[in-house]
Amino acid sequence: MIDAQVLERHGLKPDEHERIVQFMGREPNLIELGMFSVMWSEHCSYKSSRVHLKTLPTEGPQVLQGPGENAGAVDIGEGLAAVFKIESHNHPSFIEPYQGAATGVGGIIRDIFTMGARPIALLNSLRFGALDAPGTRRLLEGVVAGIAGYGNSIGIPTVGGEVVFEPSYAGNPLVNVFCLGVAKASAIVKGVASGAGNAVYYVGAKTGRDGIHGATMASAEFDEKSAEKRPAVQVGDPFMEKLLLEACLEVMQTDALVGIQDMGAAGLTCSTAEMGSRGGAGVEIDVALVPQREAGMTPYEIMLSESQERMLLVAKKGREAEVERTFEKWDLHAVKIGHVTSDGMLRVKERGTVVAEIPNRALTDEAPLYRRPMTEPEYLREVQQLDLDALERSADAVTLGRSAEAVAPRSGANVAARGVQPGGSSDQNAVLLALLGSPTIASKLWVYRQYDHMVRTNTINLPGMGAGVVRIKGTDRALAMSVDGNGRYCYLDPYRGAMLAVAEAARNVACAGARPLAATNCLNFGNPERPAIMWQFAQAVAGIGAACRALDVPITGGNVSLYNETDGKAIYPTPTIGVVGLLEHADRVVGRRFQDAGDAIILLGDGRGELGGSEYLKVAHDLVRGVPPALDLEAERALQTLLVRLADERLMRSAHDCSDGGLAVTLAECCFDTNGIGAAASIAAVQVARDAPLNVAAALFGESASRVVVSAVPDEVTRVLERAAAAKVPARVIGQTGGSQLRIAVGGVMAIDQCVDDVERVWSTALERYFAKRVA
Amino acid sequence: MKFGIVVFPGSNCDEDAFHAAKDVFGQDAEYLWHKDADLKGADVLILPGGFAHGDYLRTGAMARFSPIMGPVRAFAERGGPVLGICNGFQILLESGLLPGAMLRNRSLKYRCEHVHVRVEQTDTPFTSAAGVGQVLRIPIGHGEGNYFAPPELLEQIEANHQVILRYTDPQGRLDDTWNPNGSVNAIAGLCNDARNVVGMMPHPERACEALLGGVDGRAIFESVVSLVAVR
Repeated sequence: MIDAQVLERHGLKPDEHERIVQFMGREPNLIELGMFSVMWSEHCSYKSSRVHLKTLPTEGPQVLQGPGENAGAVDIGEGLAAVFKIESHNHPSFIEPYQGAATGVGGIIRDIFTMGARPIALLNSLRFGALDAPGTRRLLEGVVAGIAGYGNSIGIPTVGGEVVFEPSYAGNPLVNVFCLGVAKASAIVKGVASGAGNAVYYVGAKTGRDGIHGATMASAEFDEKSAEKRPAVQVGDPFMEKLLLEACLEVMQTDALVGIQDMGAAGLTCSTAEMGSRGGAGVEIDVALVPQREAGMTPYEIMLSESQERMLLVAKKGREAEVERTFEKWDLHAVKIGHVTSDGMLRVKERGTVVAEIPNRALTDEAPLYRRPMTEPEYLREVQQLDLDALERSADAVTLGRSAEAVAPRSGANVAARGVQPGGSSDQNAVLLALLGSPTIASKLWVYRQYDHMVRTNTINLPGMGAGVVRIKGTDRALAMSVDGNGRYCYLDPYRGAMLAVAEAARNVACAGARPLAATNCLNFGNPERPAIMWQFAQAVAGIGAACRALDVPITGGNVSLYNETDGKAIYPTPTIGVVGLLEHADRVVGRRFQDAGDAIILLGDGRGELGGSEYLKVAHDLVRGVPPALDLEAERALQTLLVRLADERLMRSAHDCSDGGLAVTLAECCFDTNGIGAAASIAAVQVARDAPLNVAAALFGESASRVVVSAVPDEVTRVLERAAAAKVPARVIGQTGGSQLRIAVGGVMAIDQCVDDVERVWSTALERYFAKRVA
Repeated sequence: MKFGIVVFPGSNCDEDAFHAAKDVFGQDAEYLWHKDADLKGADVLILPGGFAHGDYLRTGAMARFSPIMGPVRAFAERGGPVLGICNGFQILLESGLLPGAMLRNRSLKYRCEHVHVRVEQTDTPFTSAAGVGQVLRIPIGHGEGNYFAPPELLEQIEANHQVILRYTDPQGRLDDTWNPNGSVNAIAGLCNDARNVVGMMPHPERACEALLGGVDGRAIFESVVSLVAVR
């Protein structure tokens, strides 16, 4: 019987139930109700987000495939396409970090190779609570090991990403994974079922009870035996996926396929319904034919299982033997479980008896659509107030004392932290060290050393060197990619914060010398049924749309993750943006590091000393306040175009985006991993407060957008400045590389003066020292 | 000359080795599927890196039973040059074609980074183009590269000069802090008694092109290419 309790367990509202009855012309049975519940879930139907997502720009001459398929695709020339997408695996990773993260990687890889693309690179964007908070270490270690365990084994390099620590994510970490593949543009495969009579095949791992939605699992009505609850988190098998990957790509070479889709969320239900719906066809399957891991599984369980490493494919009539042979070669068995029909119905049988029968469109296109109420959050006006003159100077001394101690290395750097370093201001030297040692800014070597980032021998910009860049063998080309987000900015202003995320990801790609082509987004938010959260979501989507339009990087797909809350406390609204760009000549790639002593250091863009939402305020004053930096999209576009030109003409030797920690941190990072090449720079003063040292800090650590530090050989400086002037991008020589010190003067007064080796040690060993220090 | 690249299910550096042999060094190259017992006339065999059979039981433990391993063994016994890289090295150990075994890295973590290895012996088909004492900067990428041999065996291996590569600092000095995985005697590469079968944890195929950040791996390929050319 379907009563209020059953509906609630299925997460369906009474009016949604009515809608189902209307489509069916009768009361659904429990199997059908289960299928509706997963297909109409927020995760599959995007029912709260769709009205907003529709406003995003998704088109452009470069776009070969926009949202709606397993992944997006863009033209990269020479008859090739880059296929890419980002997806979240937040909830599973919190419950079981290793498997949650591992299966996230497995899922996004399947999305790419089902499009007919060979996956060649992975990125990830991870967010945790404060590093020293209870539980963070377990989550971080587990998530990193899970990503490594899956990606390393399957042999796809993890070439970059971001890791952020912020108390807001303590109860709800974010694990967003991105994958990019390359396909022949003419051979992109779709997730479509068509041609009545064509065989529907199941291939890959057997179906088990794992991953069935916990709420529905517990229902005794379905089967007393299923009361034994399996964890809702699936277990990944990268070896199985490697076999699937190779076998599927081989089958796709034969053109014996009509379509293919992986069984991810909502498993067999989603893949059959979506493939049928896209092809305007019906699909009929018999669950008794589905390979099963355990005995006694019900049709309900089989249709809702989310077991990993499974694919559904439709073969052309008469070509079945070819398909079967290829899978046999890889010791996989493609099993025919049904066929395509012409009646538009998803018909599920069990040993010949129909157990569920639903129009495909009812499950997919006709899912509910909500315009949820929105109101500006109450906290917003308050936290946007930032009175710099009211900042107590004594406060930073206390906070810094703590941070500096936490990051102090063995050598002279702690001397600096205590403020006795000669030359420069003791305060600013200490702040710089505290920022470089803060886990969000510190080197992520400890993380990416665990990822195979070189397999496939394409990686030409290694992790930690800026955007990830992989060359495309058989061409001169390379693809650059970056994922970026800033939850703190979005918390303070979701519209501007989201724009800044798009700008930063595209800027990082441009710094490598690549022309940004398109973007994918992963939208991590709280409970959309709360008007304040929905407002944040709508604002962020509007911001992404504005930035993507202005920078000409259409959104080709992505994923929405809502309900990221623990105990009613939502995470910072966090859109993460992945941008892919094209380098026409791989050997013109540019990295973040200074290349040689004696080069000119040039700042592109202007700083305004903006401290709102900055890492400086957080680290030195323990404050999350103000409004994020302003963003002029036209200036940003000009800057990015200029960067691509400078790289193409080989005029710049290094380029590094100015973001977390501002210009001082950027200059320091340009010196790192260079065997100690120093720098002397003189930057402009800014006036943002009455307090003089605070003005110096704002110049050093302010996070004004659209700024990049580039280096050039002295002979090329004139040309760089000419190109910048032509592009209307502010550009100034601010110093020179060389020596063993990092020196930065503000308005002519020395503010930072430190030995690069000492500063670098703080930055490069911060995470490792943390793990060495504590055994929890 | 013709390279035969053995492909096990789960191999994932097979295409990289193929690319190095064919595109970088201009040699013939062919994939050898593990279920086939045919070496297709290869002059040199590479067992590439990866996770053969998922490495689920123990690294390399299943791969040694693949049909191709019979002909590989026969080829090795005839004196044919065989190179096992990373997982390929582990498979050679499990097959008994090389002595010793692999343990998990002492950090208990997978490590991917550039390391420095010193060439100890140049009388093998894969080190003949290098000089004794030459330091090569080549990437590693493994979780189980902690080479182990019991004291007696180790003594024998050393006495026979079977250690061909050792982890060192950039200047070629032995220093435990530069040993990335805890291998006994800092062993990074090894040959058999007859010196034609070589295993190494570092990936030379990842260091053959300047674009990838280093070309020190070329010495390994150049050695065997010149050797067979002479022959």
